[in-house]
Amino acid sequence: MENGYLALAAVLFALGGVGVLLRRSPLISLMCVELMWNAANLAFVTFARMHGNMDGQVFAFLTITVAAAEAAIGLALIVLLFRRREHVDVDDVHSLRG
Amino acid sequence: MTPVFLVAAALAVAGALGVILSRQPVHSVLALVLNFLGLAALYISMDAEFLGVVQLIIYAGAIMVLFLFVIGLLTARKDPVEREGSEPLPLQRPLSIAAAGALALLLGGSLLAARLGGRPGVPQGFGTVKEFGRHLLVTHVLPFELTAFVLMVAVVGVIVLVGRKQA
Repeated sequence: MENGYLALAAVLFALGGVGVLLRRSPLISLMCVELMWNAANLAFVTFARMHGNMDGQVFAFLTITVAAAEAAIGLALIVLLFRRREHVDVDDVHSLRG
Repeated sequence: MTPVFLVAAALAVAGALGVILSRQPVHSVLALVLNFLGLAALYISMDAEFLGVVQLIIYAGAIMVLFLFVIGLLTARKDPVEREGSEPLPLQRPLSIAAAGALALLLGGSLLAARLGGRPGVPQGFGTVKEFGRHLLVTHVLPFELTAFVLMVAVVGVIVLVGRKQA
């Protein structure tokens, strides 16, 4: 039965990866990263259930808090990008190049 | 395959597809909330009741509202963020789809190849708030404290990044 949960986690992770690679809006990219966090969380919870061990759930909880921090920083960066230029396309952002 | 799993998995996959395929960022956020609802149902079906509630309140509630605020703040003026049609990197779409397919095959294949054991009976109180709190604050107190530090760094970082200079 856990096979289904793990396969779903793999599918969701791959869909998040497709989104990060395909979409060029930074907002959508960030949302797809959130998708990937959640796929990893699903695998954590599934393994916790499989082994009857709560450690996986605790780690999934910590992952959620780190994802919240990542979302805050990422959105702040996106706000900065939008302030600087009209067109925000991740392929056009070369500001961090040395 | 329980009916709960099938419905929740369909919700989650539909939400993920909606995030990728929708044109408007707001629709993406709503699709992501749909995905989180499905995941929360899956968590609860796996005896992780506290985590399911946290998923709903923190993720589907707080983080998505943050996304909505930023979208409302930034893209209200005009929507075209992405240029239509142009493909600046050659073969970007086929390559990304091939890479994602390979990733899904790799992950799914390795998971299916692993010999998954049976379903052992879970211990008493598995997934309840009480057990969760004991594990979080007794067994894993150091990662918990580190997370507090990470959150503080994030708050300071956001203030440094977008805070007003003279405020």
